[in-house]
Order: sequence, then C-alpha cells, then structure tokens
Amino acid sequence: MSDIEQRVKKIVAEQLGANEADVKNSSSFVDDLGADSLDTVELVMALEEEFDCEIPDEEAEKITNVQQAIDYVSVHLK
Amino acid sequence: MLQNQVALITGASRGIGAAIAQALGKQGATVIGTATTTAGAEHITAALQQAGIQGAGMALDVNDAAQVEALLKSIAAQYGDVSILVNNAGITRDTLLMRMKDDDWDAVLSTNLKSVFRMSQAVLRPMMKARTGRIINISSVVGHMGNAGQTNYAAAKAGMAGFTKSLAAEVGSRGITVNCVAPGFIDTDMTRDLPEEHRAALLQRIPLGKLGQVDDIAAAVTFLASPQAGYISGETLHVNGGMYMA
Repeated sequence: MSDIEQRVKKIVAEQLGANEADVKNSSSFVDDLGADSLDTVELVMALEEEFDCEIPDEEAEKITNVQQAIDYVSVHLK
Repeated sequence: MLQNQVALITGASRGIGAAIAQALGKQGATVIGTATTTAGAEHITAALQQAGIQGAGMALDVNDAAQVEALLKSIAAQYGDVSILVNNAGITRDTLLMRMKDDDWDAVLSTNLKSVFRMSQAVLRPMMKARTGRIINISSVVGHMGNAGQTNYAAAKAGMAGFTKSLAAEVGSRGITVNCVAPGFIDTDMTRDLPEEHRAALLQRIPLGKLGQVDDIAAAVTFLASPQAGYISGETLHVNGGMYMA
C-alpha cells in the first residue's frame, strides 16, 4: 500500500468513525461507510489539511469513494 | 453550569456584550470577550479579573478575516476550543433611506451580519468534532418589526434570523444549536443616543412600561447556552417587555 493510500484511508476511517480494515479502495463514503453530507465536507477539509492542498467544490463533488480520493491527492500533491 | 466551556463574545467591552460576558463567566465558563481596540480589550480583561472569571479580553475587528483566524488559534492554544459563540458585536448608522450612503449600508451589513457568517464558520469545525456547541446571535426587535431610520440595521438583524435557521438545520445532527436573542429597547449607550421624545414614544409601546436592562438579555443568553436549552434550535427568543410579540 502506498504512503498516500495509507494516509487517505487513515483519515477516512477517523472522519467517518469506521474501522481502518473496513475502508477498502472501492468503499463509497455514503453507501458503504455511512457518511452524510456534512461528513463528506469534513472529510474533504481533513484531506486538504493533511495534504496541504485545496480541493475546489466542483472537484470535491466528484470524490465519492476512497480510490477517487487517493487518485485526486496523488495527482495534485505538491 | 458552564464549567469547562469556553465562551467567545464579540463586542464585549460594554453594554449587552459586557453583561453577557459576566453572566456566562458567573456560570463557570472561561470567557473571551472581544473589543475593537486594545484599550477595550484591556478593560474587558480587568472586568473579568475583578469578577474572578477566567479568560481575557482580546482585540478583534470582526471585519478582518485574518484577525478572526489568528484570534481563534490563540484562544485554542491558551484556553481550548470555543464551545459557546455569542455574536454580539454591532453598530448603527441610522438615517432615512433617502439619505443613506452606500458606506452606511455596507458598514452595518458587514459588522452586524457578515461577521456572524465569519465567526460562526471559524468556530464550527471544533464544535462539529466535539459533537456539541452553542451559537447565539444577538439580533434585535427592529429586525422583526422594522424601525424608521434603520433600514440597514433592520436588514442585518432580520438576515441573522434566516442565517440562524439555516445553520441550525445544517449542524443540528452534530449536536450544535444555533439561536437568536432579540433584545427590545435596552438601556445602553446605543439607545441613550435616541432623542428624548423618541424614548418617551417608545415607552408608550412597551407593555411592561420600561426599557430593558442588559442583564435581562444576559439571562436569556445564559439560558440558551445552558445544557437545559439543548433541544432549542433555530429559534429567536424575544426579550422586549412585550413590545413585539412574535
């Protein structure tokens, strides 16, 4: 598992109160991990903080599962 | 009642804000009061110390986003995250609409309404994490019944009510309540500026026959900040001697 993948999964687990073992690459934040709209906003803000980047709203809307978050961060990491 | 709570009150150097700071402090909260000047902040610190209340006065221009961010960081480092926010800072620039300048409108809307957006946003994340919090906005009876010469002030205060209901809907699932306290005519510097005949006419319209005191407002804020008020959200508590009944 790459470093980015690990960090993303750790944050997802923390923010959504899930077990890290349950956070799969294919896990949907809403459907699999039970996130509501506020949770997803908090999650994006936590990712921004962790990776020191800014995720615009229109991009954030497209990040709905763990793999998409990993992909976004991998591409945009400074 | 409010032990281990950190209360942030804007515009706390005098009037209603100063009374709220004292009242929340007496219930055991750590109190941070803001004033626009350093002298005002020192005055708040002295008043808190004299009353044996933990906390301090700090200088803040609520219109300056960078100052807000720095203030919240400094509070978190010294006292912990803010768990009670009282948006009290406000100004008036009264004049009839026919004569109102853009600047009169912008200054009042910015200081009285935009500041509520900015301050609330700044305290929200730690509150969401903590799954609890209180945001209390000091609006005004004028925002509900209107008042000649105060189109700007009334618009800002009415805007607060809509903001309050919307934010209450957004963050209720996190145990955060958002409410307004709407003072009627309270005996402060702000109302002492009113012409004497205007004051006399006002009293005619108040069933309780007197101006309110700052402590009347502080008591309402203390109630909404308390655990007992945990199921009240999106509400405006009118404290006006019966002058306006919602």
